[in-house]
Amino acid sequence: MEINPIVLKFVYAAVVVSVIMGLCSYAVLAERKISSWIQGRVGPNRTALPLVGGIPILGPFLTRLGIFQPIPDGLKFLFKEDVLPGHVNKFYFMMAPVISLVPALTTVVVVPFGRFVNEAGDVVPLVLANVNVGLLFLFAISSLGVYGVVLAGWSSNSKYPFLGGIRASAQMISYELAMGVSVLPILMWVNAPGKEGTMNLFDIAVAQNGFWFAMWMPLSAIIFLVCLFAETNRLPFDMAESETELVSGFHTEYSSFKFGLFFVGEYAHMVIGSCVFTLLFLGGWNPLPFVTLESLGMGQGILGAVLSVGIFLGKMCAMMFFFMWIRWTLPRFRYDQVMKLGWTILLPLSIANLILYIFIIYYLDTGL
Amino acid sequence: MEEKDNLITVNIDGQDLQVPPGTNMVEAAAMLGKEIPHYCYHPKLTIAGNCRMCLVEMGMPGKDRATGEPMLNEDGTPKVMWMPGPAIGCGTKAAPGMHIKTDSPKAIESREAVTEFLLLNHPLDCPICDQAGECTLQEFSSSHGRGYSRFIEEKNVKPKRTRLGPRVTLDDERCVLCSRCIRFCDEVAGDSVLGFTDRGSYSTLTCFPGKELANNYSLNTVDICPVGALTSTDFRFKMRVWFLKETNSIDLETSVGANTVVSAREGKVYRVKPRRNDEVNDTWMTDSGRELYKTIESEDRLLECSIGGVPASAQDAIAEASSVLQGGGVAIVGSGRNSVEEQYALKAIAKSTNASAVYLVARYGEDDGILMSVDRNPNVRGALMTGLIDALPEEQLSGLGAKIDSGEVTTVLSSQEDLLAAGLSEEQLGKVSIVYLGTHRNGTSERAKVVLAGLTSFEKSGTVINQQFRIQKYSRVVPGPGGAIEDLYALAMIQANLSGESFASTVGSIWKEIGAEGTPLAGIAFQSLSDQGQLLDSSAFDHIPFKEGKSLHFEPKQEAVAAE
Amino acid sequence: MPFVIKRKPLNLMEKLYLPEIARGLSTTFKKIWEKPVTLEYPEQRPTIPEGYRGVPTLVRDPEGREKCVSCQLCEFVCPPKAIRIVPGEIPEDSEYAHVEKGPKEFDIDMLRCIYCGMCEEVCPEEAIWLQNQFSMSGYSREEMVNNKDKLYELGGTLPDEHFKWNKKKDAAAKGGGH
Repeated sequence: MEINPIVLKFVYAAVVVSVIMGLCSYAVLAERKISSWIQGRVGPNRTALPLVGGIPILGPFLTRLGIFQPIPDGLKFLFKEDVLPGHVNKFYFMMAPVISLVPALTTVVVVPFGRFVNEAGDVVPLVLANVNVGLLFLFAISSLGVYGVVLAGWSSNSKYPFLGGIRASAQMISYELAMGVSVLPILMWVNAPGKEGTMNLFDIAVAQNGFWFAMWMPLSAIIFLVCLFAETNRLPFDMAESETELVSGFHTEYSSFKFGLFFVGEYAHMVIGSCVFTLLFLGGWNPLPFVTLESLGMGQGILGAVLSVGIFLGKMCAMMFFFMWIRWTLPRFRYDQVMKLGWTILLPLSIANLILYIFIIYYLDTGL
Repeated sequence: MEEKDNLITVNIDGQDLQVPPGTNMVEAAAMLGKEIPHYCYHPKLTIAGNCRMCLVEMGMPGKDRATGEPMLNEDGTPKVMWMPGPAIGCGTKAAPGMHIKTDSPKAIESREAVTEFLLLNHPLDCPICDQAGECTLQEFSSSHGRGYSRFIEEKNVKPKRTRLGPRVTLDDERCVLCSRCIRFCDEVAGDSVLGFTDRGSYSTLTCFPGKELANNYSLNTVDICPVGALTSTDFRFKMRVWFLKETNSIDLETSVGANTVVSAREGKVYRVKPRRNDEVNDTWMTDSGRELYKTIESEDRLLECSIGGVPASAQDAIAEASSVLQGGGVAIVGSGRNSVEEQYALKAIAKSTNASAVYLVARYGEDDGILMSVDRNPNVRGALMTGLIDALPEEQLSGLGAKIDSGEVTTVLSSQEDLLAAGLSEEQLGKVSIVYLGTHRNGTSERAKVVLAGLTSFEKSGTVINQQFRIQKYSRVVPGPGGAIEDLYALAMIQANLSGESFASTVGSIWKEIGAEGTPLAGIAFQSLSDQGQLLDSSAFDHIPFKEGKSLHFEPKQEAVAAE
Repeated sequence: MPFVIKRKPLNLMEKLYLPEIARGLSTTFKKIWEKPVTLEYPEQRPTIPEGYRGVPTLVRDPEGREKCVSCQLCEFVCPPKAIRIVPGEIPEDSEYAHVEKGPKEFDIDMLRCIYCGMCEEVCPEEAIWLQNQFSMSGYSREEMVNNKDKLYELGGTLPDEHFKWNKKKDAAAKGGGH
């Protein structure tokens, strides 16, 4: 049976998006649980599904774990009263949450989740669109996400959202520079003279069959990671929300489903950010540095594909945990500290890092 | 007033003070703002000197016995010969050169000793005692007491719920045997029924055998009781005094116009007490006058206005009343219970309706020679002063009845007066349209075309003129029922509708007109009227044969008595 | 007088910031494995310490006499005016006629009460006590007003040993201390 490849793409897309959304909702639960563990609390442990919760031992266990919590959380976003304040610019106000979520989901298109080795021995990336300019596409699209924040801040027509939006845009600009520059050494390495030029994320992952880039270029990794926090508006960089100063920042005026979109958007950004960091620096689906699935003899067929996806998702989840761990460890920066860090430390550092690797790669290429 | 030469110089705690002769030391110290504590002494009663609380140290300038020359100190000041023991302040009259010390160690020690003795057998009843909060024993115990008791024996137990009379309950344990109540009954009420029996700690206040404290002044004994021994059966256990807000008012029972202070909490009146006015009622008032507050919440109170028996808003009722009064053939029945302001407004209405006659209904009762006068209307003289009437009113409205019968009168405006009670027949009332402004339901309100629910004197402010032609004011104590309107406001609105001109509708503003130059009440204003009232020139009314006889602080004019 | 707290200058490791972050992360990571301190409320209840100021209640003495004599001092002292008392007289045929006065109605509006305990402090009869009940809830405003019956039900009996009023009764029986 032949299925129209375009239809197939839609199905894939739907599957990927729903997986991402599911990840997001459980990321929320994870965040609540991790914060409570770190703070010596219990966290959500009451929500029970009528049937599943009634299973002996397992039901109460899952309930204590809060496994069912995302369901009411989601329903709450759907069914709470949707307040549309009278003073907002309605069109942009409604657009903003969409603009904030869509880029995050769009970037998923170019993120490979694993690879499949068919019987012919060809390595097929498990990705929706295996485009050559993957990394560029990723940066281009994901930086659109800030428009949602800025638009929300501006269209809310109220001072706290406005300040939040302004901060978000300034922060985005400041950290995107350092972020881009910090990735350049990887691209130079991957696109070494003599190789076929590529910005494909799959190829970058494959390039880490030996050294992972986090080991080879640790400074790049750290700079990228810090910028990633800033880009996803996660603590300690959540200047746009900063409850202590701006009530709720850009989404102060939002309620119900529109707020839910922002909320999911934030976690979607985190998911994508974790994927990208895994791909760029943590060797993608390679189980260990210098160890590939092939070298373990498990790279073939469906098993290999599942293993690769599993390893990839595992690393991604570890990254998510790291995001949350940081959030409940570090206090928020002051706004001027954020700016200072971005412009006076990260940017020069990333440029210095770039120059360093230019020389290193030059010497490696020319054979010293 | 005493002439300057007659004043005596005394020295209290080192301060020289000039006092009239006969002033005792408690009063003299009060002039300097010093309080000498006392229980038995009362300014309006004779001096008994039996509580010993007002002990002070006293001394006189010394004289050489041989020569009669004043003894001098080395610096030339008179040498004071202090008496070895303390003297009672209430019984010590001012003498030239007298020195007293109110806060010397000896005086303080004496006071503390007296307080300790008084507290020996005094029960620890303060939590259930109605006097708590205004109890002099409580106050002086904290200011002059030692703060703990050395008395380890069992306290006296005496009867706690003795009924002395219909309105007074006695708690004998609390009594400090000051005898104020006995003296009051003997000297002021003229009804000697109280006395002490037994001796020492057995001493008990009792009524004489076969008698009870039932006179119309019995509750004054409760007021002057310095402790909680005599309590008002009506007020007993109703409310603690520290919750009560006190407002100055006037007893509108008779034309004496006793000054009162009304205690209320959260819109509910709890008691009426006399207020000292040495020109009118001293510190007394009648028991019957204290009961008047019960009319506020009585069953037959009018709670809302009505038109033809159907409840209506105050505005509609006023508009309807105005149109009824525009029909002509108007007679006005005012009241001696109206305030001066209301009478003034009634007079204005009489003028703009071309009323054929204005009546007042007289009420006469028995005279007790103290604070109950013959005239039970508190403000007949107000009606005379405002010109509402020009002769004493009659008890029966036979003149009005005749006018109704002849058809001359077709509309009657009655303020607070029940026309049936005033001698008109139901048949006569049936012939006229009645506008009734009053506080309680009666035969007139049932037959009235328009009923305007008014306020009692506790719910509005106003002035009245008593038998001495003393104008006195009372103030609002509690708010009225929601559906009622202030009488003056209703009358002013009616007058405004009738005349087409605005008419002052508040007690404050109407005095600009009443007290205007050239009128009998010139120069008087509600706001500036003193709490003690103001005596008016009554010479224009000397020819009127007022019926009041002699009473406390009131002598009838000779001409009037002669005319009688 | 203002004074300045001197900040310790950061050393190199601290200036690098990342090691300090790592230290922080290790601290929080250790915390994850510690036992939660949460008290899971409806099932687990806190232990109420001595002198706790819970819901104000009225108490009876061991004989079952209501201790309150409706002196209304609590009503007077109550800062949010939560207490309402209608005083009444104890009838002469009552066993406690010698106390004379008792509350006819006694309402405490728990929506107003601020649990300050001044009523307990001011009470001359030790009749009102803030006991250890700490959670009051209801579906209507009326329900949140504790009337006299409810207050005695909540309050119970005070193991009182003074019997102030009984002493007086005894003295009267013995002839009144003369």
